[in-house]
Amino acid sequence: MRDAACDQGGFTTVSGKEIRELYTPLDLDGFDYTHQLGFPGEYPFTRGIHPTMYRGRLWTMRQFSGFGSAEDTNKRYKYLLSHGQTGLSVAFHLPTLMGIDSDHLLAEGEIGKCGVAVDSLADMEILFDGIPLDKISTSMTINPPAAVLWAMYIAVAEKQGVSPKVISGTIQNDILKEYIAQKTFVFPPGPSMKLIVDTFEYGAKEVPKWNTISISGYHIREAGSTAAQELAFTLRDGIEYVEWAQKRGLDVDEFVPRLSFFFNAHNDFFEEIAKFRAARKIWADVMKERFKAKNPRSWWLRFHTQTSGVSLMAQQPHNNVVRVALQALSAVLGGTQSLHTNSLDETYALPSEDAVTIALRTQQIIAHESGVINCADPLGGSYFVETLTAQMEKEAKDYIKKIDDMGGMVKAIELGFPQKEIADSSYWYQKAVEKKEKIIVGVNAFEMEHEPIPLLKIEEAVAKQQLARLKEVKETRNNSEVKAKLLDLKKAAEDDQNLMPFLLESVRAYATLGEIMDALKEVYGEYKEPISY
Amino acid sequence: MANTRSQYRIKAGPEEIMAEKKIRVLVAKPGLDGHDRGAKVICRSLRDAGFEVIYTGLRRTPEEIVNSAIQEDADVIGLSILSGAHNVLFPKIMGLLKEKEADDITVIAGGIIPDKDIPLLKKIGISEIFLPGSSTEDIVKWIEGNVKESSSV
Repeated sequence: MRDAACDQGGFTTVSGKEIRELYTPLDLDGFDYTHQLGFPGEYPFTRGIHPTMYRGRLWTMRQFSGFGSAEDTNKRYKYLLSHGQTGLSVAFHLPTLMGIDSDHLLAEGEIGKCGVAVDSLADMEILFDGIPLDKISTSMTINPPAAVLWAMYIAVAEKQGVSPKVISGTIQNDILKEYIAQKTFVFPPGPSMKLIVDTFEYGAKEVPKWNTISISGYHIREAGSTAAQELAFTLRDGIEYVEWAQKRGLDVDEFVPRLSFFFNAHNDFFEEIAKFRAARKIWADVMKERFKAKNPRSWWLRFHTQTSGVSLMAQQPHNNVVRVALQALSAVLGGTQSLHTNSLDETYALPSEDAVTIALRTQQIIAHESGVINCADPLGGSYFVETLTAQMEKEAKDYIKKIDDMGGMVKAIELGFPQKEIADSSYWYQKAVEKKEKIIVGVNAFEMEHEPIPLLKIEEAVAKQQLARLKEVKETRNNSEVKAKLLDLKKAAEDDQNLMPFLLESVRAYATLGEIMDALKEVYGEYKEPISY
Repeated sequence: MANTRSQYRIKAGPEEIMAEKKIRVLVAKPGLDGHDRGAKVICRSLRDAGFEVIYTGLRRTPEEIVNSAIQEDADVIGLSILSGAHNVLFPKIMGLLKEKEADDITVIAGGIIPDKDIPLLKKIGISEIFLPGSSTEDIVKWIEGNVKESSSV
């Protein structure tokens, strides 16, 4: 019996790229090992950024997590750390992501639903209570208000007696992919880029172990891009940030070593591995040749990976465990520095404790049982993987050139270029699934009924508790001090100063996130997205 | 309360009534999440199927959605939400439609909606919920089978 793919006459990746039946040495004609691959830990780092890769140190197992109140999430963090997780990753609820307080009109129904509610330093203190910030690294998925949440984290560390010089972690802080894909934006592009460069500048001096940005392809892919588009737009975003920081007068070798990346691990196993390998090679080349960086650390593309959320299916949800395992394996074979594995129940709700445990165990099984960590870049030299890697590199470079010609990524976004490319790819894929050119097990083939699975429920009591704490904070703090600090902040924004010291002063006085963002909105205005589909 | 549906009905001119009218669908994104992949695919599919499609853009309040639906003389509202706030926001939208005498507009929804929430959402008047894995063709067929273009009546 021929399967559906044969009947359609084509074998393609999930991105629609044609794959031939066999790859041979002829595909690698003229292939130069030193130029195209090099050894792991050596330029251009196609085979990995460290000479011994996972033999030296495993990737960081970092599960993105946050729900309900700061107390609820603090408990989950302690649970994950006690089960062998090696870093934290904070998921904030939508009002925090948008820079509004829980008592804002638009926060209704959203409190604690998609992540943990943080309105002020008071919440942040509870969130990290009993977690030693000198020992644990923390990643925070936060974008328009990233500088504010980072200031809160630094303030919590200070309260624990931990110096900013010692703390480590990441703020996502990547606004370009928000305009392109995830759509969590507040300010227009100019002021947004200014705030980001402020964090680069401040971090290089004051918080040297912090990754001040995680340049993210993840959301671009989730919005429906192909693998090559994810790669290209992410790297071009990276170039854009470096250019804006250079315009401020920052030295690339001072701040670029603290830039990190974040990719998606989607279903197509080899295409994903090729994407990760090509990413390292292109970035090394861009930093060395285009930006003339001298510090080898500036050439490194270090990245976090999350398995693909959109690839999870509501139908027969236990099958998601297998999808996640394959995707996670591709990330490890691609040389990731840290990894989040999705939980089987996430098409329905935030993950239950049981589901998140299986997701973490999946990483531990890959690390400790599969044997794939024993040698660096085990697929290096495969005719197929090297051909795919070279194709991926070419496709991405073509896109990068196109965006350069438009005048950069901010210009391309204003023209709607990446948004349109992604919408086209996503529409193509949906139609391919509906025509059964792409098979999804349990959805358009092998369907069957299944029992409902147990889900995490966020109690409405969380909202009441959060609103009560916010009210209490506003009543017990020194309100004239808050007012003064917010005025200083606004003045600093008008004078185009680096805002980090002013944000720190504001959060220490328990100014709320919403109050701080409102002060900045008065100076910067708000972004309005052109509507298109 | 301004902007009831009947006010807008009266304004429709005779030439508009005579013209062959397409079913008008307002695709709306309530809630704070910015995940618009699904909404955009639906918009394009409905347009390709011959409907008139109006997309509200992101983060619309219940008031904004209901007002747009009335102003645009929509026959159908398609709500897309992934944030988990549907149990709070959908009843508000349905209440406002009733209040503004626009509850003849068919309301359908899609996104991340747990099975156990569906009976309540149907009870408040949402006609159909399309869960992940639904095909755009199913949605087109459902609208064709269940919605009559009503503004010329």
